[in-house]
Parts: sequence; C-alpha cells; structure tokens
Amino acid sequence: MTMTATNEGTRRPGEPNRVVLRVAGLDVDIRTPSGEIRAVSGTGFVARAGQTLALLGESGCGKSMTAKAIAGLLDPVAHVSGGTVELDGKDLNRMSAKERRKVAGAELGIVFQDALTVLNPVYPVGVQLGEAFRIHRGLSAKAARKEAIALMKRVGIPEPESRVDAFPHQFSGGMRQRILIAMAVALSPKLLIADEPTTALDVTVQAQIMDLLRRLRQEENMAVVLITHDLAVVAEEADDVSVMYAGTVAEQGPVEQVFATPRHPYTKGLLESVPVDAERGSNLSSIPGSPPELKNIPAGCVYQDRCPLARELCRQERPVLREVAPGQQAACHFSELLATDETLEEIKS
Amino acid sequence: MTALLDRSHSGADVALEVHDVTKTFQVARSASGNNRLRALDGINLTVGRGETLGLVGESGCGKSTLARTLMLLEKPDSGTVAFEGQDPFGLKGKELLAWRRRVQMVFQDPFASLNARMTAGEIISEPWATHRSLYKTGREREARLHELLQLVGLRPSDAKKSPQEFSGGQRQRIGIARALALNPELIILDEPVSALDLSVQAQVLNLLNDLQQKLGVSYIFISHDLSVVRHVTDRVAVMYLGRIIETGTTEDVFERPLHPYTAALMSASPKLDAASRPAERIVLQGELPSPLDPPSGCRFRTRCWKAQDVCATQAPPRRTASEAGRVALPVPTLRGAAPAAHAAECHFPLEDPQDAGLRATAAGT
Amino acid sequence: MSQTTQDLPGTGPAPAGPALPDANRKALRETKSTTPSLFRLLLRDKFACSGAVVLLAVLLTAIFGPALMGDLATKQNLLFANKAPFNPANGWEYFLGSDSLGRSVLARLVVATRTTLMVAVPAVAVAMIIGSLWGVWAGYHRGWRENVSMRLADIIMSFPSLLLAVVVLYVFSPSVANIVAILALTRIPIYLRTARAESAELQSRTFVDAARTFGARPNAIIGRHVIPVVIPTILTLATLEFCYVMLAESSLSFLGIGIQPPDVSWGLLVSQGRQYLQTAWWLSIFPGLAIVITAISANLLAAWLRIATDPSQRWRLAVPGRKKLITRIPAKESK
Repeated sequence: MTMTATNEGTRRPGEPNRVVLRVAGLDVDIRTPSGEIRAVSGTGFVARAGQTLALLGESGCGKSMTAKAIAGLLDPVAHVSGGTVELDGKDLNRMSAKERRKVAGAELGIVFQDALTVLNPVYPVGVQLGEAFRIHRGLSAKAARKEAIALMKRVGIPEPESRVDAFPHQFSGGMRQRILIAMAVALSPKLLIADEPTTALDVTVQAQIMDLLRRLRQEENMAVVLITHDLAVVAEEADDVSVMYAGTVAEQGPVEQVFATPRHPYTKGLLESVPVDAERGSNLSSIPGSPPELKNIPAGCVYQDRCPLARELCRQERPVLREVAPGQQAACHFSELLATDETLEEIKS
Repeated sequence: MTALLDRSHSGADVALEVHDVTKTFQVARSASGNNRLRALDGINLTVGRGETLGLVGESGCGKSTLARTLMLLEKPDSGTVAFEGQDPFGLKGKELLAWRRRVQMVFQDPFASLNARMTAGEIISEPWATHRSLYKTGREREARLHELLQLVGLRPSDAKKSPQEFSGGQRQRIGIARALALNPELIILDEPVSALDLSVQAQVLNLLNDLQQKLGVSYIFISHDLSVVRHVTDRVAVMYLGRIIETGTTEDVFERPLHPYTAALMSASPKLDAASRPAERIVLQGELPSPLDPPSGCRFRTRCWKAQDVCATQAPPRRTASEAGRVALPVPTLRGAAPAAHAAECHFPLEDPQDAGLRATAAGT
Repeated sequence: MSQTTQDLPGTGPAPAGPALPDANRKALRETKSTTPSLFRLLLRDKFACSGAVVLLAVLLTAIFGPALMGDLATKQNLLFANKAPFNPANGWEYFLGSDSLGRSVLARLVVATRTTLMVAVPAVAVAMIIGSLWGVWAGYHRGWRENVSMRLADIIMSFPSLLLAVVVLYVFSPSVANIVAILALTRIPIYLRTARAESAELQSRTFVDAARTFGARPNAIIGRHVIPVVIPTILTLATLEFCYVMLAESSLSFLGIGIQPPDVSWGLLVSQGRQYLQTAWWLSIFPGLAIVITAISANLLAAWLRIATDPSQRWRLAVPGRKKLITRIPAKESK
C-alpha cells in the first residue's frame, strides 16, 4: 500500500519508445604517466523508455567508463572532455555538481557488478535502502523503513519484514544483487544503468536477476542500459545494441539485425568466436591479437591491427559511424563487403 | 555412501581414478549449530587418457575443492585418488615429486596466479627449481623455456617481460606454459578462460585443443560456462552441493539430461542462437542451500519441481540412463576409452525429450 | 630482469634484439620509458628526495663528523658558557650556541649523531631481521606455529617495554650492546605481527598455490614468493621504528640507564638541556630538532618506498600533477 502512495507522483503513463537518454560525441580522458589518453572517443547512442540498450564490449573497451560518465561517477583520474549526455532532454554535463546530484540521484539508477563492495557493511540493508527516500523525499526514518520493506518485497526478497535489519554479509550474492537493484529503482528512475549485473552470479541465479530486471523495466517503463561482455545475454535481453571497441562505437542497431547481419568485422569476429554447436575439438575461429592499449591506439581505424580486411585506407583514415542498413550503423570503410553470409575467412580470400 | 563406482572406463585406459572422496572443513558454527562443512561427499570419477572431462556446477558446489584435492593442496578425509594406479597420499619425497610432475594445474585468474615480481621466464621456469633433475643444465632449461613459449604462442623475447606487460590472454598462456613445464600427463584447468574476453577466449581454447592433440594430455576442465564446456569436453560431470549428480558423454548430458538440476542449468544459461533457446525457461526457485545444512535425502529437492516425499527421506540411487527407463542408445566410445555410461542420482529422472514414446512409460513408473 | 640469467646459469643473454619486429621493439622501449628507474622516480618526488638527502647527511655526519670535530665536543671553555646561537661573533663552533660548561652544541650534536645511530641502526636491524623472518615463517605455516608465536609476541608486548628495559639495564650494565639488545627484543613483536599478517595472506594466494603444486618446499616458496613481497612493508615499518627506537633510547638515557656520560646521544642531549629550557632553550631544541627532522625524513622516505617498491603501484609515482587530482574528485553520490 505504501508503494502506491509514493509512486503516484512518479508513475509515468505508458510512453513507450520515448527517448530517455541521448548521448552524443562523448569523450572521456584519463590522466596517465605518459600524458592524457582518450578512453572514450565520440561515443553516441540513444536509450528509449521501456527498452533495453546493451553496451557490448570486451574489458577495457570503455563501456563501463561510458556508463560512469553518464552517471557522473568517473574516477578522479578521468574526466569528460566533450559531448553531451541528455537525460530527458536536459544536458547533465552542463549542470553544476549540485544540480546534477539532484537530477541524477532521482532519475538515474545504477546497479554495479559487485554488490558486496557497493553496500556498506556496517549498516543494515534497510537503512541503506531507505537512505534514498530520506535524502530525496525527506521521509522520516520510520517511513523510510516501511518503504525499504516494500522495496525488498518488490525485488523478491523473502521475509522482508525480518530481513530488513540484516547486514549485507548475511545475504547471498543473488540477494545482494536484488538489494542493489532495489536501491537503484527506489525513486522510480527513468533510466537504469546495469553494469555487468550478473557477471559474478551463477547461471541459475543470473536467470532470476534478468527476470527481475525485465519485470521492473516493464512496470516502471524505464530505459535500461545494460553493460555486458556476454553476447548471449545481449541476444536474450536487449532491444538495441552498441558494440564498443577501444573506446569507440563500432556498430549499433537493433540486436536481432546486428547479430544476424553484422556489418563490422569486429562484431562478426565476436559472433564467430562463440562456441555454438561447434564440433568437439574443432578449432574455434578467433580474433587474432588483443585490443590495443589505450595509449597506443593507432591512427586510422582502431580495429586495423586485428582486422582481416584491413587495407591501406584503414591505416590512414578513421571510419566514422554511418548508416549501413536501415536502423543499423557501423564504423567500417568496408562494411559493404560484410553484407553476405560468408565467414570472415571466406570474405578475406 | 551409496554411490557406486563410476565404471565408465575399463582399467587400462584410465588415467585418473577418484573413488569415494570425502572432504570436510571445520568452519564457524551455522545457525543450526553445525560447524562441519562437507565440501566433497563421496566423489567418484574417472578420466581416461587423452580425454577431457568437464566439471560443471555453481559456485560452492565443491568443484574447486575437488581440484585442490587432486592437486594435493587438500587432504581428503576418506576415499582414494589414483593416477595410473598410484595413490599420491601415500607417497613421500622423490616419488611424491614424480607424481606431482604428472599432474599439473592452470588457475582461473591469470592475474592472481602469476607473481607480479617475477618475469615471464622466471615464472615458467619456476617448477624446475624444485624438479632439478628434469633439465640439468642451464642451456637445456633455456632451450626448453623458448620451446614452451613458442608452444603457447609467445615470443622468446617475452621471457624478459613482467606479467603486467601482458594482456589477460597472454598471461593465461604463461600460466599454461608453466603447467606444461613439467611435461604433465593430466592438467586440471580451473575456469581457464572465464576471466578472459570472448575474442581471446577462443584463442586460448584453440591453444588447449592443439596442445592436447600434440601432447596427448588429459584435461579436467572446470567451468561454469556451459557453451565452452560443450565445445571442449568429451564427458561431463555435474556437481551439486559436494556430490556428482550426473555423468555422461557431453552430448548425452547436454541433449538428454537425466537430472532435473542439469536440465535447469542447461535451460538457464543464456544462448546466442534464438533457435536453441528453450520455449519455456526453467527458472529455479530459491538459491543454493548452505552446504553447512544440506537438505536431507536428495540435496536438490528444495529447488526441484519434481520433488516428492521420498526425496526428503532417501538419498537417491545412482541410475544409468537405461535403468532410468530410457531407450538404450548406442553407447558412444570415446578416444581409446571404453563405453561411457550416462547416469544420474535422482529418484525421478527426466523423461527423454528425444523420445516421445518413452514418456508414457516413464510417467507410469 | 637479470634474474632470468641467474636462474639459467651458463647461458648468454637471450637473442632478443635482431629477432624482434620493429613494432615490438618500439613497444618495449615505450614500456621502459613509462616505468623509470627507482633513482629517477626518487628525484621526481620532492618530499621523498629531501628526506633521502637529510638521511644521507645524517649518515655522513655520523661517519665523518666526530673525526672533524676532534675534541671540540668535550672541550670546556667557561669564557664561552651559555652563548646564544646564531651569533657569528662567537665563531663557527658556537654557531648553535654552547652549554653551561662552554661546550659547543654543534660539536656535541655531531658526536651524538654517531652514538644515536650506533644504538638505533643495530637495534632496528636486529629486531627487523629476527622479527620478520619469524613472522613470515609463522604466517606461512599457520596452525600451532602461528599460535605459539603470536602468544609469545603478546607476552612481550604486554610488558611495558621501558619497564623491561629498566629492569634489565639495572641488573646488567647499561652498555651500548645491552641497550641495543633490549630495544631489539622489545620491538621484535612489531615486525613479527606485520610479517605474519602479510605472509598469512600471501600463502593463500594463487601463485603460492601454483608453487605448491610443483612440490616446491615451504622455505623455497617463502624465499621466492613471500619475502620479496613482505620486504617493502618491513622496510617501511623499520624506518618508522627507527624513530621509535631513537626516542626510546633517549628516554632510557634520560632515566640514567641509557647512554652514559661522557658519551652523548640526541636523546641524552635533550634530557640534559631540559632543566635549562627557560634560560638556554637551544640546548634541548637543537637535538630535539635533529630527532624530529630525522624522523620526518625517515617517514617521508618510508611512505615513498612503500609505493616505489611495489611494481603494481609504482606507476602512481609517475602520474603527473598528482596534487591536482585531489581537487578534482567529484562529489560521489552513493546513489
């Protein structure tokens, strides 16, 4: 009952497909011993209400950095050096720190990978869950506790009345992740950023958490930005995908379309290296080499060193993200070559 | 324990045989006052020569404890381990060293498993400091080091670099080279690719495959990533709360699981290919019970949708697929090994999805 | 780097140069330039560098100072009694003033430096070596060895160390060797505890497990994997302990059971000058300053050493504009 009371003001009427987050030309720089390096370069994407956008990429590709830049949680060595982050039409980068905290605190929720490091071990989870209500809604401790119990019920924690006073370490990994999600959706945000929310969990628990996220997304009509390295999770959970590589977006578009007809050699290479029904003992096709270090990103295309199709043009000119099919964009000079069913090996020869 | 020995191989082809191994840890008392955590409870398994056995299960199921026990990092309470007929727990001195040489391990975390203060060359040649007789002269060692580096796809010049200068995949190659340094016959791979990026993961899996073909080593491949396990293993053992609840050839276990837990595990793992996704995903209720207070009878009954009264009172017997009422399939023969049986510990094994006609019979029992 | 060739005796350097492709060689050069040598890093850090310079000066003073001063430290000259410092008219030997017997404070300070270091350095070294080896051994093996060691350490720690020193030095003669021995004994538990904690943590690391799976012996693992990691912490601790031991020695001297006159140490100078604090402040203040400055220098160097000797942390020292970063931390909201 308490739920409906507090949610009346924020419950939004169904406006599916409304753009909630628009990121354009986002640059993030990091200070290092050898000078400033660009960790995220010209990233842009759009997240819509009631839909899930996946940021897909390998470690170090800048996907987490992008998410942190959106949430304003960058490490002190990193800072946003360009671009816009519009949440509901308001540019977060132009706001003062105070304004931003007020807007982002209520309208943007974030779920991290490792629940144990995010939750404070010395406070009961109820207090931590109620904090958002006390800060942003000015509720009393008692009312906040009630809200915390309601939230715990909502994310499927059994016996919330008795467990509200338990400490984080008394919960299992899956339950802690639920608590984190509860914290993130406490104020009915318009945007939920989930940074590898299930990487640390077992598959059976992962399925439960993904179910929960899907249900909350529908109930709240939230836009979800799901950051992951798992192609299968993207295929199952997301509507749109942005494939990131070395701090740039390599390809983006609707998941089914991108995965069925990848138009960037990196996306295609990733898809081919998944062991799907591959013969036991047969060689998987793999992408040679490893991603470039951020300080050694080559001029021209960022993917040239690992790309089987790289040519002279790729070494000289960095491809920009362009429309290669309706709704699908890729940053590749030769993405037309990929518009076939052949594997990369076959295309190369 | 009621479990029978997993007699899936005839003696001659068996490299490793684990019989009824039990391991209990002393821990802080739980709510119910129990302080003995039974991490391994009557484990039976065999690994054939040149074979890859997959070990799957969720965290806390005991798969890492099993790996540590096989590496002699833990001593079992009871049961026997035999590699080529030799039980390491009775060995001492030179014989023990010789045993260790034959069984080696690759660890999960390529960052934590390499000492950051040593160079790649020092790390790979570290085993020789203990096994001095293997390569007697410095020249021999140097040559072997370069050979190993090349074998795992690194350059000889990489020997001088420290681990921080390598990427995750390259570090795991160093870990593999170190495991190979003693020319082992069995390598335990504890989540060898789970810390790696997808594009690099494929490189390492290919490397492991090549090495197996070149050197004829056996692998125990521990992983929670079912798509990887399916690709690299010949046989699979599924663990739940310290017991192996199902074994069989990879194809049998993946395509025709007997145990409800195995089926749920397969169903819950995300799939890239829409066609291979189950129409209705089995989402298990609840979480893994505490290993301190495992459920009575069948350990899985608290999360099982098929559980009945008998599951709470009696530990389920181990039954082969045909004993469980399945149509006898031609039992596949694996490389150099005897027929591998498909068996599970369950009172109510699943019907065979491949065979509709069987369903009535199974339901009748 | 050179250890590879030590491990593999009888071989020349690996054929690194010509086989390498150009790009790779470039990469190698770059990694070298981003992690400069320890000495260069030290030069870059103003605080640590000045700390090192001060400590070097103290050391040189202790070695060569007394010889340069000759008998100036003991020579009494009542004409120059109780001279205030910083008066060039009195000549350089009285630049830091003089005591009531007209002895040069500067000269006494210089001579005291040697005595102070002769007590502090061996005491710290003995305690460090015994304590850390013991701690590493106890932490690696866990079990009863650890329990017995820790209880022993508790017993030593629960004894007021000064009281222990008083009793021991009263019973035996208060010689330099005895002072060193008693100070070392009472400080062993500090190293023991620290080394045990680190070693216990390290022995559970995966790379130690890896070494166990080859069948490496415990002592070999301790030497190869545990001690190199523990050394920086212990060195840092030792520089801090250096200050403590210096102060403990001065306390003992103050009580009359430490350094015996006519020998002087910094601590003894402070306590001797204490009664003249109102009339001749320089008698206590200058030796006091010597203690403080040496202690701070040791601390600064220790803080730097801790980071610099850890390969995974060293890059922090090379980040330009470290101070600017602190001001740039955005207000982190938990939600």
